[in-house]
Amino acid sequence: MTGPDAAGCVEAVFREGRSRLLALLAARFGDLDLAEEVISEAVEAALRRWPVDGVPDKPLAWLFTTARRKAVDRIRRDRTYAQRLAELRVESDRTVPTHEVDFDDIPDERLRLFFTCCHPALAPEAQIALTLRCLAGLTTHEVARAFLVPTATMAQRLVRAKRKIRAARIPFRVPGPDELASRLPGVLRVVYLVFTQGYAPSSGDDLVRADLADEAVRLARVLHRLLPDEREVTGLLALLLLTDARRAARIDAAGSQVLLEHQDRALWDADLVAEGRRLVVPALTGPGVGPYAVQAAIAALHDEADSFAATDWPQIVALYDVLLRIEPSPLVALNRAVAVAVRDGPDAGLVLLDGLAGDLSDYHLLHAARADLLRRLGRRAEAAAAYTVALDLAGNEAERATFARRLAELTGG
Amino acid sequence: MKYLLLLNTPSPDLTDELPAEAPTEEEFWAFDKAVTDAGVKLDGNALDENATTVRVRVNGERVVTDGPFAETREIVGGYYLIDVPDLDAALDWAARCPGARYGTVEVRPIWEFPQP
Repeated sequence: MTGPDAAGCVEAVFREGRSRLLALLAARFGDLDLAEEVISEAVEAALRRWPVDGVPDKPLAWLFTTARRKAVDRIRRDRTYAQRLAELRVESDRTVPTHEVDFDDIPDERLRLFFTCCHPALAPEAQIALTLRCLAGLTTHEVARAFLVPTATMAQRLVRAKRKIRAARIPFRVPGPDELASRLPGVLRVVYLVFTQGYAPSSGDDLVRADLADEAVRLARVLHRLLPDEREVTGLLALLLLTDARRAARIDAAGSQVLLEHQDRALWDADLVAEGRRLVVPALTGPGVGPYAVQAAIAALHDEADSFAATDWPQIVALYDVLLRIEPSPLVALNRAVAVAVRDGPDAGLVLLDGLAGDLSDYHLLHAARADLLRRLGRRAEAAAAYTVALDLAGNEAERATFARRLAELTGG
Repeated sequence: MKYLLLLNTPSPDLTDELPAEAPTEEEFWAFDKAVTDAGVKLDGNALDENATTVRVRVNGERVVTDGPFAETREIVGGYYLIDVPDLDAALDWAARCPGARYGTVEVRPIWEFPQP
């Protein structure tokens, strides 16, 4: 293949393999900037040569070998890297002929990159930004859009984070078995936050930023492939799939949010539900269960119910009890209170919600949940007041529209 | 790679915020022995709290004041200079230091200038 098709091939190979190339080169040279730069140079070389010479048999291997050679060249020229070169003993890399490198024989090193990007020594927002840039392969501009900040601001944030990785020498390594339990939750949390930012953005006018939710699912799949025996990784993937399965039903034709109770369950993605349910079983099986597995089990109970009323609410409340025990938080207590309200009636839920008013007074969904229960109890004035507070606190336009509609119904407007 | 571990202890003025039990001298000696035996320690000392601050103004005037320069909630009570492969190893030693349970341990990489 030569000519314009070859250029298209460069792009396709690159999109698929960029994070793998980056992980390999960063782990090899201990420098993300260097890895990114030589990958760009290798792609430029491919765009020049493939249309003339034809696309190589193993395009990704070609890119890897070319990038690695450029990295070694650069290190040899740069005095400050001389010491590191000696440490890494990469000199021999220069002489390896291209055809001996089969990319598929090279281990997938992206797990190391996950643990570097999600290192606790980096600020939480830097962890998410780096993960989107390096592992999901988003451009800096796309990452900036995901955070709703100017591209220049995001570029600065990424530069600072990469500088710290290099200056403080944050290693590119997978933590040992004894550290994994303390480090893995940080990685899972980053992927989960990417998903929630896509699925229910805290600000902006799209209720679902589908691309981010897709990226999170993709990242969770990669993690699951790399750590198939880690039950919380399985649990996280299951949770994302079982939640994402409802995406099409969450927004109506007018772009408004549709609550679980009113969603058209025929729109739920049966394949995603089935895949998620298959994963929940191993995630829950065994001693000690993690928070993502429990949340996935709750999502599975919703997804397998024929209707809101036919949902196994006693079981859902029981799972929230488990979740509260392993990961106590006011947000979990809020969700449990809502489930109790369905199981035992609005009065019972209201009592629990009022107990949370101190912790969550600034959280719009607490007021929205209170408003909903008050409405069901016929306490219209109190319900209207609670919707007004929820409206004031919500940052997402679609959620605001929902609260405003409810408020209008209550006040006869 | 060299790192400086700065052992911050809560300022004595903030006694209400101090944890109940300060680490004992024995615990510090045990840590010192561990970090020495591992061949990691380059230097390390406890610092007396009697700080004196010096600043030279633009006009060359020397200004000496009593106490640390910045009024902070924590004071540097000691330090270790260690040589370990990477930040994870440095954080492990910092976490083992008794000072991490009483105050905080700040881990700062030593700036490496290129060899002339």
